[in-house]
Amino acid sequence: MLAFAVVRPRGLPEAVAAVPAALLVIAFGALSPQDAGEQTRTLLPVVVFLAAVLVLAQLCDEEGLFTAAGDLVARLCGGRPRRLLGGVFAVAAVITAVLSLDATVVLLTPVVFATAARVGARPLPHVYACTHLANSASLLLPVSNLTNLLAFTASGLSFTRFAALMALPWLAAIAVEYVVFRRFFAADLAAGAQVPGTDEPREVPVFTLVVLALTLAGFVVTSFAGIEPLWAAVAGAAVLAARALRQRRTTVAGLVRAASPLFCLFVLALGVVVKAVVDHGLDTGIDRLLPDSSSLPSLLAIAAVAAVLANLINNLPAILALLPVVAPAGPGPVLAALIGVNLGPNLTYVGSLATLLWRRVLHEHAVEPKLGHFTRLGLLTVPAALVASTVALWGTLQVIQG
Amino acid sequence: MTVPMPDPPETGPSETRTGPPGTDPKRTVLVWITESTWPACVDAARERAPHDAVVLLHVSDDEVAAAAHHAYEGLLGRGHRPERDPGARLEALSGTAAADLLEAAAHRLGRPCELLDHHGRAEHEVVRAAADAALLICARDGERGHPGPHSLGRVTRFVVDHAECPVLLVWP
Repeated sequence: MLAFAVVRPRGLPEAVAAVPAALLVIAFGALSPQDAGEQTRTLLPVVVFLAAVLVLAQLCDEEGLFTAAGDLVARLCGGRPRRLLGGVFAVAAVITAVLSLDATVVLLTPVVFATAARVGARPLPHVYACTHLANSASLLLPVSNLTNLLAFTASGLSFTRFAALMALPWLAAIAVEYVVFRRFFAADLAAGAQVPGTDEPREVPVFTLVVLALTLAGFVVTSFAGIEPLWAAVAGAAVLAARALRQRRTTVAGLVRAASPLFCLFVLALGVVVKAVVDHGLDTGIDRLLPDSSSLPSLLAIAAVAAVLANLINNLPAILALLPVVAPAGPGPVLAALIGVNLGPNLTYVGSLATLLWRRVLHEHAVEPKLGHFTRLGLLTVPAALVASTVALWGTLQVIQG
Repeated sequence: MTVPMPDPPETGPSETRTGPPGTDPKRTVLVWITESTWPACVDAARERAPHDAVVLLHVSDDEVAAAAHHAYEGLLGRGHRPERDPGARLEALSGTAAADLLEAAAHRLGRPCELLDHHGRAEHEVVRAAADAALLICARDGERGHPGPHSLGRVTRFVVDHAECPVLLVWP
């Protein structure tokens, strides 16, 4: 099934293979229907949360929030590419944290490219900043990455406590990326740019910004009130959706597409399949490999194993396989595993070695642009960011839990 | 792609001697147009090669769109609808950006010239195009009066190392 998800014959959605695979797993008794049902019930709130955030991000884009952010960055940092990089880092880090990595990859990257072109700066460092921060700036909130939502559910942490524990690791990863990018792209960033022409500033979507801020506040309030924070995301998405529908700027079909129902289905099916694999021996295998204490060496080892696993099989199956093993040891190991699976993917070109190998087979003769260039950037950022983030996590755990 | 000079020349010192490209194939000067440093190269062509046929070349590096495309592909399970692929959107955007840049460069040159809009690996495209030129004009990347970073980035370094024609390297 994983092979299908990576290969995707004729561009079919991954759910086409994942759902039958999940049903087969149950039919052959690898997982009892009760266990499968329980796993699905556990994952269902995660998937609803995910869909709400995807809709929220899409509506924010349609209301012009991303272009407004691009305008702001161009105005503040236009004439100087180094400041432009700083601005891109800030916007990409915040958007990834609040609206998830999908928003940064799909919706923000084109805006950043257009911004760089507008001020006449070279686009490469800024586009790479988006692709890297989509992974490394996705540590902060449970909503930033699907892997976070899965770990968040398994860890039993509250929304605010998760964010408090991950704030320093998030900043540490971004800081490492920034330092490496400044050096790696030094020549491109020294090349200069122009202050953008004073064309009429586009309208800032105030309503959307307010709804987004209230949604964030809602995450905090619900977590203190003991309510599932997913309701805050659903409410925020519902308000924006209702407004867009009333103003005829979106359709019900468009909203359903934005929620990516097939992706949600894929996550549920993947959860069932991975549970079957984990129950049949993978857990003991990983268990033997992983330490289960919250000491610094243990956390570093867990993060490293998680990063390697994410690079081998992609980060979603990796975190699903790791969670049952690390969850009993408490939030420290869970969050260390999360750091590994979130930062790791910057090392390989397309998320995992499995995908990469297949692409190699498929496009044997096509010219892959500068694989080495990308990999060098990954080698410089990923190990350093892994260590910095994990040390930051360990430090935070000492202060907050000690 | 070869584009004829869109506007008639406005200013410029001695247009009288230069005809349309190709009429007097004495020398072809290739000017490599890159983001942010191109004005210095165009100015150098005006000052140092006022009577030569000028070719303005811009290369959109495929790596930019590929980075976005692969980041999208790396997201497992999203179904990957082509209309959401940021790589495709970047390709379209970079086409427009390159055309704008070449138009601005031609305007600054102020006389008829040939415009080349290539894509691929920038260093290879420039070296290939320079094989037929009498002179290649390109700019340093770094800052004048600042000790570091290197004034030649990776791509410019390769071009300077491997271009077969003489290279005029100017400060931006």
